[in-house]
Amino acid sequence: MFFSMFGAVESGIIFAIMALGVYLSFRVLDFPDLTVDGSFVTGAAVAAMCIVNGVSPIIATVLAAVAGFVAGNITGILNTKGKINPLLSGILMMTALYSINLRIMGGSPNIPLLNEPTVFNFLETAWEKTGIDQFLNGLLTSIGVEVVPGTWIVIFVMIIITVIVKLITDYYLKTEIGLALRATGDNEKMIRSLSANTDTLKIVGLGFSNGLVALSGALIAQNDGFVDLKSGIGMIVIGLASVIIGEALFGKKTIVRTTLAVILGAIVYRMVVTAALKVDFLETGDMKLISAILVVAALVTPKVIATVREQKRRQRKRIDLNNKAKGA
Amino acid sequence: MLYLSDISVTFNEDTPDEKKALQDINLTLEQGEFVTVIGSNGAGKSTLMNVVSGSLKPDIGTVKINNKDVTPLPEFKRSNYIGRVFQDPMAGTAPSMTIEENLAMAYARNKKRRFRIGVTKKRRELFREYLNTLHLGLEDRLNAKVGMLSGGERQALSLLMATFTEPNILLLDEHTAALDPSRAELITKLTGDVVEKFHLTTLMVTHNMQQALDLGNRLIMMDKGQIILDVSGEEKQDLTIEKLLQEFQRIRGEQLVNDRAVLG
Repeated sequence: MFFSMFGAVESGIIFAIMALGVYLSFRVLDFPDLTVDGSFVTGAAVAAMCIVNGVSPIIATVLAAVAGFVAGNITGILNTKGKINPLLSGILMMTALYSINLRIMGGSPNIPLLNEPTVFNFLETAWEKTGIDQFLNGLLTSIGVEVVPGTWIVIFVMIIITVIVKLITDYYLKTEIGLALRATGDNEKMIRSLSANTDTLKIVGLGFSNGLVALSGALIAQNDGFVDLKSGIGMIVIGLASVIIGEALFGKKTIVRTTLAVILGAIVYRMVVTAALKVDFLETGDMKLISAILVVAALVTPKVIATVREQKRRQRKRIDLNNKAKGA
Repeated sequence: MLYLSDISVTFNEDTPDEKKALQDINLTLEQGEFVTVIGSNGAGKSTLMNVVSGSLKPDIGTVKINNKDVTPLPEFKRSNYIGRVFQDPMAGTAPSMTIEENLAMAYARNKKRRFRIGVTKKRRELFREYLNTLHLGLEDRLNAKVGMLSGGERQALSLLMATFTEPNILLLDEHTAALDPSRAELITKLTGDVVEKFHLTTLMVTHNMQQALDLGNRLIMMDKGQIILDVSGEEKQDLTIEKLLQEFQRIRGEQLVNDRAVLG
């Protein structure tokens, strides 16, 4: 159990970057962007092809993010300049990306990365010298965990990358441009009357969003050791699940808090799915169904709780009033 | 300051629904002039505002601000020169953002937006000072989300956001019409104060005749896409609602049939 949860947290942190991207489009820009299903694979494919062809994994990862940025830009241009409905722009781009991704992958729907350098094993020799693995695994063994993880490097590298991405996102959303970006999703008419070019903001905002999604895809591919053309299917639902679960559990009072909530939401989501798959009659193929049910639950539950609370409050007031009337 | 020449706008041209919203409008506003615009529904008041703000392009005609031809500029570029308050109190502010963030966005209206923090300590002090002038206690709620404010408070904030950067032109589009009478009175008073303080060139559309008489130093009346009356100076000060109605009847040869206009 510990071992599978360890894996869940590990991939949860990588998916958290994708969730931050979805947060930027879905919440900040109020743009339900389905490009994500395509741009996730674009990121993975670009990184994989670069690495296979001998490019340094770090540069490959950066290039992957840039490719995602461009994909998001095109969705934005379809929506603003082509005046195509947001959902449809995303669907069109996602569909187009399916073929483009296959092209990037040189026509093969699966690329193995097993013996290639990645951002994780790039640092491995330095990492082994620190002895953190032995120390943490020793701790685990002493508290009675039998199967210990092979290495902690992925979690450490990912925590560092995710925190950096979070801090940059927080800062960005507080800059003058970031404020205008948030206002574009909140009250477009108003920010246009304050001399902001909402078209450009949307195009750039969707670029950032999909850049993060592609970055996440690139890191997942390097962690998993392969890229699959179909791995992006349902990615938007996972992103939405992370955003919604995170906001419901950890609050969304300020930007700093919300981005943290989204990251934690992505980890919680992975853990819940992992736990659910432990149930006997559920199979790996049921994952998408579990994701969809989780999103529905996270959307409906807070509203039900609020309604019940409100009813109870009114009931209490009425009872108080009755008691007072009796007393008098 | 603001110069409109030969502006015409037609909606649904060559269809049975064709409507000449503006016909050969010529209007010049000098620096510091405060013009109130009245007229019944469909007279072209809102169209006139939209042509000035740039959200609507005229079929023909020229719009100049500070002697610069702004006719081809899209709305967001023209907003460099224009502050605007809408009728709907929800329209002028971003509800899920805080008061100080909204002010920071307004502060950047006539500047280039950059990747630097929007609400700095220095600016926060500035915003607090400006909010103070509203006497609504908003200066103590800088971090409150604007969606939590009442309609009157939001409209007062919108007015402040539109004016404190001292735009070349201020457009007020029936900005008190959606408020209850006491709030409307407050906003009317604030409007008079702020326009005087910054000496703003203002174009205000209203359905309330009394408000049109009380505020501003020039009044124009529109009907069927044309300016039919234009009074300023002492002549405007001597105007009453009675006189305005008579004037309309004399020019148009018919009663001004608009409940809101007559009752207002």
